[in-house]
Amino acid sequence: MMAKLPGLGPRSARRAVLHMIRKRALVLTPLSEVMATVAATARECLNCGNVGTADICDICNDPKRENGQMCIVEDVADLWAMERSGVFKGRYHVLGGTLSALDSIGPDELRIPRLMSRIGPEAVQEVILALNATIDGQTTAHYIADQLEGQVSVTSLAQGVPIGGELDYLDDGTITAALNARRPV
Amino acid sequence: MSGLHLSRLALSHFRSHHRTEISVDARPVAIYGPNGAGKTNLLEAVSLFSPGRGMRQAAAQDMVRRPEALGWKVSGILHSDGRAHEVAHKSENGNPRQVSIDGKTAAQTALGRLSRVLWLVPSMDRLWIESAEGRRRFLDRMTLSFEPAHADLSLDYAKAMRERNRLLKDQVRDARWYAALEAQLARTGAQIHQNRLTALEALRQAQDGAETSFPTADLELTHNDSELPDTENALREALAASRSRDMIAGRTLIGPHRADLVGTYSAKGVPARDCSTGEQKALLISLILANARALAADLGTPPIVLLDEVAAHLDETRRAALYDEICALGAQAWMTGTESGLFEALGDRAQRLMVSDSAGTSKVVTVGLLA
Ligand SMILES: Nc1ncnc2c1ncn2[C@@H]1O[C@H](COP(=O)(O)OP(=O)(O)O)[C@@H](O)[C@H]1O
Ligand SMILES: [Mg+2]
Ligand SMILES: [Zn+2]
Repeated sequence: MMAKLPGLGPRSARRAVLHMIRKRALVLTPLSEVMATVAATARECLNCGNVGTADICDICNDPKRENGQMCIVEDVADLWAMERSGVFKGRYHVLGGTLSALDSIGPDELRIPRLMSRIGPEAVQEVILALNATIDGQTTAHYIADQLEGQVSVTSLAQGVPIGGELDYLDDGTITAALNARRPV
Repeated sequence: MSGLHLSRLALSHFRSHHRTEISVDARPVAIYGPNGAGKTNLLEAVSLFSPGRGMRQAAAQDMVRRPEALGWKVSGILHSDGRAHEVAHKSENGNPRQVSIDGKTAAQTALGRLSRVLWLVPSMDRLWIESAEGRRRFLDRMTLSFEPAHADLSLDYAKAMRERNRLLKDQVRDARWYAALEAQLARTGAQIHQNRLTALEALRQAQDGAETSFPTADLELTHNDSELPDTENALREALAASRSRDMIAGRTLIGPHRADLVGTYSAKGVPARDCSTGEQKALLISLILANARALAADLGTPPIVLLDEVAAHLDETRRAALYDEICALGAQAWMTGTESGLFEALGDRAQRLMVSDSAGTSKVVTVGLLA
């Protein structure tokens, strides 16, 4: 089971499992309790798609985060990467993927309709696209920018980002620089 | 990138080679031996020292020595810009080839910063008479040699195209989705077109300025229906305008993926496809040499050149002329032929390898020149 997790090979999975069994009381039991809690309570925020323990996540609940800026990311890992850097003070919208005709993922499979319905109520003035520099990411960015045209200003993270580079892999400084140097699309 | 050449090459479980290790210097390498001995396999190994799938366009799993089929490794010392780099390629359990440079795992594209490899192989003999696809690939390899970023651009373009073709086949009518994909196609497509034109211009200049005994080929880029819109905006508009036509066809009908390369034997004004077999070959050699000269001017070093079975098609005068031009260029050219006599005119300007087959395993020996 462990070896099937992303980022863990069979070797590191075996080592992790052995470690947990050897330290049953110290590691395994507490971990299994935490995991059970997570399994019972973790859910996607109905508003933005972030992962939390309530129907509406902390960021969406925090009125201070309603500053007129909304950052669009592909998945929750990207949101966390942005949060780690601490530079972005607005709200997020997690698409849950990118447009891909070959994988049968269209606008309705992503949270694009939900995004459109948030613009007015949350007084969004600027949408910042933080999508990957892949063809799918850029197609999705173009699609959203097109749909938002005339409603809000749309900007995109400056691509000091390596081509095909994913947000999740960037360090905080790079993310900060990319956000500061964002440009209109 | 000056002084580009390989000095050592080791093949392990690569096609017919069980364990082959050779040392060479920067001079051309003449390789001879009977049919099926393993000469082309050796050249294929060298072709891996540039980004891509090598000169046979084969998958890594096809290169593994059968029947063992465990994995293979090709390593070598690549000299580039006065520095020696240890470059290794390996594939295990049918996985794609992995590249390492000086002990560190590297992306294939990193090879493009160290080296350039050009090749001419017998399957290209019918290039001028067969489908446009082969000519496009030929053109794109030449283009890639000038502009390594052309490879990623082509992959991105192909990806966006597959996406759009799927929308067309599924009869999706979301205009915004098409527009988003067409923006990617136009951006990459216009750049691809521009890179190709730049490469053709570099080849034209290299042919014009050269003293060569090979015939000049005029090359022209054509597109099946009229002209390809050559700016990003024009291409995007043309794609949008073509949607309903494309939906009926179930695929994208305009763009650089529909390009063709028309060659003409300049001096005679005859289309390459109507030339004699020997003339067609001569035109290809002329282009490879022009490509190599243009690169030498660009990079300060000629590329590594692979000429598989080239000598066989040329008469003695032409053969001698080819050798003279390669030596003048200073390229490490790896050439194969069935007889040692084919390489006689090279004298001591080249080193020689003799390849033979022994019960399904290739043997390679370095042959000294007899005084
Ligand atoms: N994956 C493989 N495993 C073992 N032998 C192979 C493999 N691929 C090709 N061969 C064999 O290698 C031999 C030599 O091929 P090649 O290098 O093309 O010969 P030539 O010397 O005529 O250029 C052929 O007999 C072919 O069957
Ligand atoms: Mg051969
Ligand atoms: Zn939320």
